[in-house]
Amino acid sequence: MRIARVIGNVVATVKDPQLEGFKLLLIEPMGPRGPQKPLLALDGIGAGPGEWVYFCRGKEASFVWRPREVPTDAAIVGILDPAANQAWQSRWQAGGNKGKTV
Amino acid sequence: MILGRVVGECVASQKDPSHEGRKLLMVQPLTLDGGDQPGPPVLALDAVDAGIGDRVLLALEGFSAMTAVGRPNSPIDAAAIGVIDTVDITDPA
Repeated sequence: MRIARVIGNVVATVKDPQLEGFKLLLIEPMGPRGPQKPLLALDGIGAGPGEWVYFCRGKEASFVWRPREVPTDAAIVGILDPAANQAWQSRWQAGGNKGKTV
Repeated sequence: MILGRVVGECVASQKDPSHEGRKLLMVQPLTLDGGDQPGPPVLALDAVDAGIGDRVLLALEGFSAMTAVGRPNSPIDAAAIGVIDTVDITDPA
């Protein structure tokens, strides 16, 4: 799985019918040197904007909703406890700012 | 599978039920000389009770990851499935 932050959501009324009723969240994978390329993931756990989450990729992502066959290659499967992970999260966010010219 | 080093642990009380009861290890993929590969760590379920600093065998695909933690058909795409004792490189590239 990968660590990411929820940075927004996307609405698509015309879509694969199997995707009906799911939240499409815009997430940014995070690393020690800050954010990576954003992607869209189905919300499998009730994550909100700004939250640190982790997501599963590939066919396995659809197993959140087994036996229902959901056409997704990414699903958010956990929300990181804010307090317990605070230390490395702030280091990562700082890591991201280093590269930015202010 | 690849070689990785456990660099931390993530705490997530709200998660998919199939992840319950297993540590969520932050594993940094390693280069052959034991250094860190660039890029973020992978979040892997722990199937071998690995601790921070351990070098582990990192499975990066669903079936092997799920099987190692005994949770078939679950949203799992990475697991630490072995603790490495030694790495012998006899014919370096």
